[in-house]
Amino acid sequence: MKQIWRTTGGAVVLAAGATGAFGGEITVYCQDIAVGCAALGPVVESFEAANPGDKVILETVNYQTILESLPIQLESGSGPDAAIITDMSGLTRYYLDLSPYAEDAAALRADYEPLLAWLRGKDPDSAAINGIPLSMTVNGAYVNATLFEQAEVDMPAEGASWEDWAAATRKVADATGVPFPMEFDRSGHRFASLAISYGAQLVDADGRPVVDEGLKAAIEQFVQWHEDGTMPMDLWGAVGGSAHRELFSDFVNAETVFYFGGSWTIGQMDAEVDDLFDWRVVPTPCGPSSCTAMPGGSALAGFNTSDNPELTGRFLTYLAQPEQIAKIDIHAKELPTSQTLIQQGLDYPDASEKTQEALDVFLAQVPKMADTAYRFQGWSYQRAMMNAMTTRISQVLNDELDVEDALMRIKQDVETAIQAAEG
Amino acid sequence: MPARLDVAEIGHQIITLPARAMEPLMAGLQRLVGIKRMPWVFLLPNLVAVLLFCLLPVFINIVFSLTGSDRLYPAERPFVGTANYDILLACQNYLDPASCKADLFWRAVQNSMIFVPIQVVGMVTVSTIAALCLNRSLPGRGFFRGVFFFPVMLSPVVVAYTWQWILQRNGALNGILSWAGLPGSNWLADPQSAFFWAIFVTIWAHMGFYTVIILAGLQAIPKDVYEAAKMDSASNWRTFTAITLPLLKPIMLVVFVLCIIRSVQTFDELYVLTGGGPGSATMLIVQYIYEVGFAVQPRNFGLAASASLLLGLVLILFTAVQMLLSRKSNNG
Repeated sequence: MKQIWRTTGGAVVLAAGATGAFGGEITVYCQDIAVGCAALGPVVESFEAANPGDKVILETVNYQTILESLPIQLESGSGPDAAIITDMSGLTRYYLDLSPYAEDAAALRADYEPLLAWLRGKDPDSAAINGIPLSMTVNGAYVNATLFEQAEVDMPAEGASWEDWAAATRKVADATGVPFPMEFDRSGHRFASLAISYGAQLVDADGRPVVDEGLKAAIEQFVQWHEDGTMPMDLWGAVGGSAHRELFSDFVNAETVFYFGGSWTIGQMDAEVDDLFDWRVVPTPCGPSSCTAMPGGSALAGFNTSDNPELTGRFLTYLAQPEQIAKIDIHAKELPTSQTLIQQGLDYPDASEKTQEALDVFLAQVPKMADTAYRFQGWSYQRAMMNAMTTRISQVLNDELDVEDALMRIKQDVETAIQAAEG
Repeated sequence: MPARLDVAEIGHQIITLPARAMEPLMAGLQRLVGIKRMPWVFLLPNLVAVLLFCLLPVFINIVFSLTGSDRLYPAERPFVGTANYDILLACQNYLDPASCKADLFWRAVQNSMIFVPIQVVGMVTVSTIAALCLNRSLPGRGFFRGVFFFPVMLSPVVVAYTWQWILQRNGALNGILSWAGLPGSNWLADPQSAFFWAIFVTIWAHMGFYTVIILAGLQAIPKDVYEAAKMDSASNWRTFTAITLPLLKPIMLVVFVLCIIRSVQTFDELYVLTGGGPGSATMLIVQYIYEVGFAVQPRNFGLAASASLLLGLVLILFTAVQMLLSRKSNNG
C-alpha cells in the first residue's frame, strides 16, 4: 500500500512539475502613475503566457513607500522581489545582478548604457546589470499658453533665462489675475536643475559634496522669487523637513502660469487638463552657466533578498527586450532608455498632438544637459544632498537661517550622512 | 430549584476544568522548585513578554546608539562609542539651536518645550470643560458624548488630511471667510499660525479620550457631597473649586501625565499636516528621529537611536514626577 502511495505521489509531483504547476511567484512594487503597475500589466501578461506556472504580482504602492519604506524592508530582508525605483544609486547593495540570467548579457549592457551606470553606485565601471532602466525622465517647465495669449505677453523664446521667464510670467499673472507666476515642486531634484544652470557643481569627482557660488546664487534667486510673490510659500515655504510636495492641481486650475515639474506628468497633464486651456512644455530656462535640466528616470530592479532570484532574473531580462520595453514606454508616454528604441524612434499612437509635441521638447533637452547634472544624478549620496537642500532652503524662506548658514548646513548634513553610511 | 443547582454545578465544573487538569502538573512543578519560588513560575509568561517586547528593544536601541553605518543588523554595525551623542550634544549655547551641530534636533527640542506645556494645559482645560458640560443632564447628552469622542477613533492621517483640506490656501476655512467678506490667510505657511493650528488640531483629535476619563471621575463623586454644599448655599464656583476639583485630583494627575507623554510623542498628525514646517516651526522631537532614521538616505539609525534614548530619559523623568506626586497625593 505504502509503495502505491509513494509511486502515485511521485507521479503527481513529476506531472505537476512538467506542466509548470509548481512555478514560482514574485512580487513587484510599482506606483499608479507614469511607468507604474498599469504600464507593466501587459508585459506581465505576456510573460505569464510564455511561462505557464510563473506568477508576477504587481503591488501598487505610493512614492513615499518606495522612498522611505522599501529601503528598510530590503535592509531587514523582507522586501518585494523587485520594484520600480527612482533612487537608482542609493540602493545599490540590494540589487540583484541580472547578468547570469540574461541570454546575451553583453547585448543587454550595450542597449542600456549609460543609464546602467547609475544603478552601479560607487562602482559605475563594473559590468553588473543591476536593473532595467524603464524610462528616461527630464525635468521641465509646463506653461499655460492660454494665459500668455489673454495677457498679450510674448512667450520667452528658446535660450531665455530664468529671470526672463520670471519677468514674463509676472506680467501674465498681473494681467490675468492669476495668483502665482511660477511654481516649483518641493523637490531637491527640481531645484538641482536651477542650481546647476547657475553653475553649482553639487558633487566633485571624488564624490564629496560641493557648496559653491553657483549654489549660493541659485538659492538667493529662489528666495527672492518667494519674497516678491513670484512663487507661493505653500510648497517650499510651508512644509518642513525633506518631505516631497507638489501642487500640480494649481496648474490644472490655472492658478499658476509656469509649473516646473517633469516629463513623467505628461500623461496626467493630457488627461486632466485636456482642452481646458492650451498648455505647452517649453525648453528649460537658462542660468548663467547652462540651460540644463536634470536627467532622471525609473528602473525595475530585482533584489538580492528575493526568495526566487531565478524567476526575478528571468522576468526582468524578458522585460528588457526592446519590444517589451516599448509597450511600457508607449503606455506611460515616457522617453525610452533602450538604445535600439532611441535609434528606431518610438511612436505613441494614443498620444494627442500636444503630448507628442511635449515629448519632442523634452527629448530636445537631453543633449543640452550638463555633465554635472549626469554626475549628480549618478552620485550615491545624491538623495542626502537633495534632502539637505530642501530642508535648508525652507528654513531660509522662514528666516531661520541666512543663505551662508544654509550652505554651511547643507555641506555638514551631507558629510554627516556620508560618515554615517560609511561607518 | 434542584435544576438550577445542577446548572450551577455544571458551570463550576467547566470553569474549574483547566485548573483540575493542570493540578498534577502544578503539583509536580511545586515539588521541583519549592513553594517559595512558585510566584515566579506564575509571573514567568508576563516577564518573558516584557523582556521581549520592552527591554530587548531598549537594549537594541542602546546598541544602535553606540554604533554607526546605515546597516540594520547590530552585528554589521561598527562600534563608534559616544560619537552619536557627541553630535547631538555639541552646542555652544543650548538655548540657541543655530549654535549646535545638530541644530534641527535642538530646534525640535525647543519646539517641543513650547508645544508640550501649551498643548497639555489646553487639552486638560478643554477636556475638563467638555466633561463638566457632558456631566449635566442636557438634552442629547449621549449624542454629544459621541461627537466629542468621534475624532479619537479617526486615523491620525485622516485627521491631518481633513485639517489640511480646511486650512490650505484654497481650503474650506478661507472659503467661509471669503463668503463672510473677511480676509483669508495662508494658515499653514506662517510659522506662528501653523504652530497654533498644530496645537489646535492635536487637541481636537485627542480631547475626547481625556474627556471620557474626566467624565468617569466626575461621575464617581458622590451626589450627597453636592447636596450638602447646596444646603450650605455654596455657589457653583465654590462647589467646583472646593468639591469637584479636589475630588478629581487623582484622576487629573493621571490625565496630566498621559497627556504629557502623548504630547511629547506627537508625530503623525503634524508630519502629514505640516511636515514640520514652515521651515522647522512645527518639527517636534519624534519627527526629527523619524527624519534622521527613516526619511533620509542614507539612514542614520545611530543618531536616531541616540535622540530617542534622550527622549526616553525625559519621559522617564515625567513618569517619576508623576509617581512622586501620586504617592504624595495618596498619603494625604
